[in-house]
Amino acid sequence: MISHEVDNGIYRVKVDGEMTIYQALEYKQALLECLGHCTEMEIDLSGVSEMDTTGFQLLVLAKREAARSGRPLRLVKHSPATLEVMDLFHMAAYFGDPVVMPG
Amino acid sequence: MNLDQALQTFLIESRELLQAMEEALLNLESEPDDKEAIGAVFRAAHTIKGSAGLFGLEPIVAFTHVAENVLDKVRNGAVAVDGDLIALLLSAGDHIRDLVEQVAAQGGEPDAATLANGEALLQKLRAFLGARPEIDPVAPAAMPVAREAPLQSSGGGVVESDTWHISLRFGHNVLKNGMDPLSFIRYLATLGEIASVVTLVDAMPPAEQMDPECCYLGFELDFRSTADKATIEGVFEFVRDDCSLRILPPHSRIEAYIQLINDLPEDKVRLGDILVNSGVVTQKELDEMVMCQALRESAGESAPAGEGSPPVQPLGEILVREGVVQKELVDAALGKQKQARESKAQESRYIRVHADKLDDLINLVGELVIASASASLLSQRSRDMMLHEATSTMSRLVEEIRDGALQLRMVQIGETFNRFHRVVRDVSKDLGKEIGLEIGGAETELDKSVVEKIGDPLMHLVRNSMDHGIESAELRQRRGKPAKGTVRLNACHESGSIVIEVADDGGGLNRDKLLAKAIERGLVGPNQNLTDQEVYALIFEAGFSTAEAVTNISGRGVGMDVVRRNIEALRGMIEIDSEQGIGTTIRIRLPLTLAIIDGFLLGVGSASYVVPLDMVMECIQLSAAERQETRARNYINLRGTVLPFIRLREHFREQGKSGRRENIVVVQYAGQKAGLVVDELMGEFQTVIKPLGKLFGNLKGVSGSTILGSGEVALILDVPALIQRAVNLESRAITQLTG
Repeated sequence: MISHEVDNGIYRVKVDGEMTIYQALEYKQALLECLGHCTEMEIDLSGVSEMDTTGFQLLVLAKREAARSGRPLRLVKHSPATLEVMDLFHMAAYFGDPVVMPG
Repeated sequence: MNLDQALQTFLIESRELLQAMEEALLNLESEPDDKEAIGAVFRAAHTIKGSAGLFGLEPIVAFTHVAENVLDKVRNGAVAVDGDLIALLLSAGDHIRDLVEQVAAQGGEPDAATLANGEALLQKLRAFLGARPEIDPVAPAAMPVAREAPLQSSGGGVVESDTWHISLRFGHNVLKNGMDPLSFIRYLATLGEIASVVTLVDAMPPAEQMDPECCYLGFELDFRSTADKATIEGVFEFVRDDCSLRILPPHSRIEAYIQLINDLPEDKVRLGDILVNSGVVTQKELDEMVMCQALRESAGESAPAGEGSPPVQPLGEILVREGVVQKELVDAALGKQKQARESKAQESRYIRVHADKLDDLINLVGELVIASASASLLSQRSRDMMLHEATSTMSRLVEEIRDGALQLRMVQIGETFNRFHRVVRDVSKDLGKEIGLEIGGAETELDKSVVEKIGDPLMHLVRNSMDHGIESAELRQRRGKPAKGTVRLNACHESGSIVIEVADDGGGLNRDKLLAKAIERGLVGPNQNLTDQEVYALIFEAGFSTAEAVTNISGRGVGMDVVRRNIEALRGMIEIDSEQGIGTTIRIRLPLTLAIIDGFLLGVGSASYVVPLDMVMECIQLSAAERQETRARNYINLRGTVLPFIRLREHFREQGKSGRRENIVVVQYAGQKAGLVVDELMGEFQTVIKPLGKLFGNLKGVSGSTILGSGEVALILDVPALIQRAVNLESRAITQLTG
């Protein structure tokens, strides 16, 4: 499930549950829509229970589009499932967000 | 491959790597800028982690991973090397060793104490990490300088790195077909170790055209594994038709990488940077590729994607011809490459052989020696000249085989000595004394079975020297000695045995205090006259606390009696030299081997005895007059010195008829001489030592047995014990006379 709240132009998006190919179409629309309206965007990944390559690609897309339009995008509160993907693809640096190592 | 066997190899390798890691760390302590050493430590951790992952030894992987990250930072120069870091890394190495022993060797889970220790170490290690270590895929300017050290380029030809390079571009439909690149990378990681991953997202189209269910990812992977190409290709079996896959084996030709860069869809400069950053090629190698390409283009030889033909001339020649580099430079680079190859060749000239196999071989050689002795005895009796000649040739060859086989088990003692660098470092920190270790005679060889058993006694002795021997810095300065104490380990060969010395330049033993203590304890009678050596030897008595008696430093009681027992169990001897205020030297004498020796065969009555040939100095025939003369006493005048002797006939209560002649065999051990009176000298004899059963464990004067060519059994004499006995008997007799 994807939800967002707006705080003074800053979109705080939260993804809960799976972030896989089954949600990919829906999430792409939602993310791009938020990007179109926001001045800043934050994606809270703490609720992501499973992520596959499509989910990861969406994050890359969001990051790229945000950078293209000069809007800051932050990924925060990576869940273990997210971290594992970031780690396998070695892409933490690409996003440049501080990642809190689990325990 | 048999997994058990592989695990054994892992164990052995891990132990060696940890040892190398420790040595490199100790090296770093004196030379913090030594890039080679940093590289060595990193590689050790890296390799252990990789192999542990292969076996699914999670606890090892998890811990080593963090240690490796810290080391990576050190390598990049992000973390400075200092004493604290080295101490931490040394403890980390110890912890890895514990884990390896507990998890891999015993196949269990690490125990609670180890886990707690690991947790504490992890916290300290993480303090160095701060954020996660990252390789930035798009910042070539941040090329770490340190990386050049472990991966020195060697000019043209092949790249140095030992990783497979895998270029992977997934097709768009992979995800829709239910396959996920993630799982392939996960699976790949089980076959070896992924040294680096660069994920390429360049292929992703603009937002509107991007289909979220399509895959746009590409990967440049560096992969360290012993798997072959087919196995690695097999990983991608299911997506074979749906991806483009290029695999370059380790040490591929630079040309192959050029080809790769040309073939791939991404920007060539970007790809080059990726290759450098992931460590598979060095900057220098990349420069060469660029140059090579430029040259080709200038020569009108276009190299379009997909059909770059292999160069006709070696890269080096092209460079020289074009005047880009001087010939000398290329020669130097090539020379270096050759050197690297040679050193590699040298490494591969060793093979690992199970110690049991060697033992079996030596046992067999032992039997061969016995059999050949019997054959040559028979040939002598047959009086067939031809046969005799044949057997004597064979005997000579058997002798050579024997020496060769024993030589196989000989190892240099240096490795054992080097371990003490760490011990000395740690103990001196604990004690708050500055102590250095000097090593001499590291190349001295001795039997592996002996080496294994002297580690513990040496450890006791070194600790003891540091704790009780070497004084505090103030005291040392007051005595006019350098503040830094020295412990010296030395080894050398001496008449068929190896002598190992543990020396310190400390306060020495206090003879009077020792003696007083011994008298108090009733170990020595008040009127007994003891030589210095005998007094010093008292510290090896059970329950004799050296700390109180010698230096007043209260320390843990180190069981010196255990040391002596261990040494004696190896048929060795221990002696001690000391000078007050100057230092103490403890000398251990051990037989070189425990299996086969050159012996000297003696006959007494109907029995035969063997003494080690190395200990025999000379043989003297006793004339009738001398026999008469020596009947009542146990010494003779040997060229002006007193030589005590033992009549073996009496000693062993030999019943047989006395020979017409008697001979004295003069034997020497540890600087003392004695004579053995025997009937017959039967000459050299290759002696295979057969240990005596437990029943004879307490038998004095006999150290083993052997089988003669005739099938008879001969006892091997324990010369040190016999000499001691002769000397004691004699001095007792003298004391009785004078007292």
